[in-house]
Amino acid sequence: MGVILEMENICKQFPGVLANDCICFSVNEGEVHALLGENGAGKSTLMNILCGLYKPTSGEIRLEGETVRFNSARDAMERGIGMVHQHFMLIPTMTVTENCLIGDKEGSSVKLDRKEAGRRLRELAERYGMEIDPDAVVGTLSVGEMQRVEIVKALFRGAKILILDEPTAVLTPQEARALFKMIRALTDHQFTVIFISHKLDEVKEISDRVTVLRQGTVVGTHDIDDCSIEDLARLMVGRDIYFDAVTRQQPIGDTLLDVNNLSLHREKSNDGKLLDDLTFEVHEGEILGIAGVDGNGQAELVECLTGIRKASSGEALYRGKNLLDLSTREIMSHDVSHIPQDRQKTGLVMPMTLVENFALQDYYKKSFGKSVFLDWSGVEERSTKLIQDFSIKTPSPYELAQNLSGGNQQKVVVAREISRQPQLLIAMHPTRGLDVGAVEYIHNQLIDQRDKGVGVVLVSTEMEEIMRLSDRIIVLYEGRAMGCVRPSETTVEEMGLMMGGRTLDDIRKGRVNGTPAEEKMM
Amino acid sequence: MDLLQTIGGYLFTDIRMAAPVLLAGLGLLLMNWSGLLNIGAEGTMLIAALAAVAGSHYFGSVWMGLLLAMLAGAVFGLLFAVLTVTLRANQTVVGAAINILGLSLSTTLNRVLFGVETTVTKVDSFKVLEIPLLSKIPVIGQAFFAQMPIVYIAFLLVPVMHYFLFKTKPGLNLRSVGENPRVADTLGINVYRTQYLATIIGSMIIAAGGAFLSTGLLNFFTEDMVAGRGYIALAAVIFGKYKPAGIMIAAMIFMAGNVVSNVLQVAGVGIPYTFLTMIPYILTIVALTIFASRAVAPASLGKPYKRG
Repeated sequence: MGVILEMENICKQFPGVLANDCICFSVNEGEVHALLGENGAGKSTLMNILCGLYKPTSGEIRLEGETVRFNSARDAMERGIGMVHQHFMLIPTMTVTENCLIGDKEGSSVKLDRKEAGRRLRELAERYGMEIDPDAVVGTLSVGEMQRVEIVKALFRGAKILILDEPTAVLTPQEARALFKMIRALTDHQFTVIFISHKLDEVKEISDRVTVLRQGTVVGTHDIDDCSIEDLARLMVGRDIYFDAVTRQQPIGDTLLDVNNLSLHREKSNDGKLLDDLTFEVHEGEILGIAGVDGNGQAELVECLTGIRKASSGEALYRGKNLLDLSTREIMSHDVSHIPQDRQKTGLVMPMTLVENFALQDYYKKSFGKSVFLDWSGVEERSTKLIQDFSIKTPSPYELAQNLSGGNQQKVVVAREISRQPQLLIAMHPTRGLDVGAVEYIHNQLIDQRDKGVGVVLVSTEMEEIMRLSDRIIVLYEGRAMGCVRPSETTVEEMGLMMGGRTLDDIRKGRVNGTPAEEKMM
Repeated sequence: MDLLQTIGGYLFTDIRMAAPVLLAGLGLLLMNWSGLLNIGAEGTMLIAALAAVAGSHYFGSVWMGLLLAMLAGAVFGLLFAVLTVTLRANQTVVGAAINILGLSLSTTLNRVLFGVETTVTKVDSFKVLEIPLLSKIPVIGQAFFAQMPIVYIAFLLVPVMHYFLFKTKPGLNLRSVGENPRVADTLGINVYRTQYLATIIGSMIIAAGGAFLSTGLLNFFTEDMVAGRGYIALAAVIFGKYKPAGIMIAAMIFMAGNVVSNVLQVAGVGIPYTFLTMIPYILTIVALTIFASRAVAPASLGKPYKRG
């Protein structure tokens, strides 16, 4: 088992973000090498570089000792690197065979040889223990089957190194089992598999070695046998979390928002749930943190609570009304404010001025003008005051939102929402992508609101932020609440395990991997 | 026997009338499968109709007319491709612009070349090419085997196009571009080149349809002579479910309306002829409202693709 692939000092600079910072990564032939890390740790960027979709800013890739340079996915494929993306690169109206033949240049004839291709596909599938009907139309297959098609497609095109990007994210547990079996069959035949994941259990189960990424750098590469799940959690999340609790001025008040059995089904109801039976409370003067790896139902939860999306069942009682029955306008008019997850897409209208953006939420109210006419001088006055109060750096209130820095854009959103004097504030990723100063400022604003007795729902993937600000934390995993903890009563390991899909009960009972942990036995 | 002959006659007219719509539809189909929605068939056909007359007039050969028409079509196709593929302009807006350009340019050029006279300039036009023996088959012989060459070409293109799209590698690659250009791109297909080629060749086929109007059905050019056939072709593609044979059937059904309207006009049923000439258009609208929702368009039709 020699080294088949080396990536050396890979850096990738995106505008404003250093996604990969001098990453060194090497893979042995025939192993399953896991790439573990939180969202934004740089896993996908690194793999997109490897499969030719991105070009690295600097660094070198060596394949079997030979330096290679990929200009396209095709280049990488020709050197035997195939990637199975999280979003399948398949055309649903075509058959399995057709999907495998797109762009195929083998043979001189222009005629499509479906029979021959189908025979080869069947052969490949059989050899590695997969079941595939080459003539099936892809759109009629289940997600697990489509993934199999993607894998066979990569093999069909001569892949020797297979990159699987969060392959189990879309699978049922049974399908995941089958996938693991397939991976084993492949590595038995000297194929190499790179397995991207943030789920600790499966990394522990399937991989031979693991490389952990955090914030664009490599934390370490380890043999999986040398690491416990707790070790992995600590490596992934990071040791350096500061827990200096923010001193609070006021005791927590009465229940403000009472969510009961909130569920949201996928469009096709048998595809499982996006939100599964969530029950929690938010009190006055409390920050409730919603933690979890991105895409585990946080966005859906916020959309349900703000009326953007219709929940399938359950209730969210707030001042005697069920928020789930109300429209967004009605919810907002009951002193609810919302800092949306993406300031550029949903928080602001980028080509509009700050004055216009400040008027967006409440423009229809009496204080903004008479009948259909806006009182522009009043709106300007209000804007100027907000710009001052929130120290937003802008040349004028009539500057376009798109010309402000990210931090100042976010301040505009925060200023607009907080100036409405909400009772309930729902903030999603309020500091994402901001510099330290802006983060601090927005944190202080949230704390300020809490001290005024506002109930705050803070959704964030930043462990540090959640631990520092929240009074209580709920961890979401695949739409389910893994547990509810106080920051002072939990550990990084425990949070990491919950984010990786373990319930708090299981962890506290000391049941890791289904068997009692040794220290608890003693 | 008399009735059979009449039916044969209707069929003859229907096939002849359907040919230009069929050609335009097949040209559009090629573009649609590359993911481009071009509503500019009407304008392309118009400029081609004029180019055909000009070519036939100046070179004395109807085939030179056809060549010139297809060249004009290629230029219009290139224009569409530059604007929508390279510059990623809105395809519907560009298509509408092509229609306006085709109408005004053909009108102006016609007046410049042939003057503003009441008498039209007649030119050499396509002659009927009778296939020996086959054209003697009773009832259908004349309808199927005593048509102009371009009609044969149009209908022969149906199986050719089907084979190309669904049985060849380039056809599969073209369809993958229309379904999901990103997938095609990652699999090493040059998306932009594919779209350029499809648009230029497609526009040339549409142009052949236009040429047939002025040098086949007639032997002169009149302003706005395409009279909505470019739009009917658009409808035929949808009604034909993006398949060549489907487009052929659609073109024949829509144009059968034309035949019916002609027959009723001749028979003098007392309905104003303006209403009768509406029949093919009404047929198109009705067919579209019933069938449009069931058509399966290429998934990325009309969406501009940006690499990276």
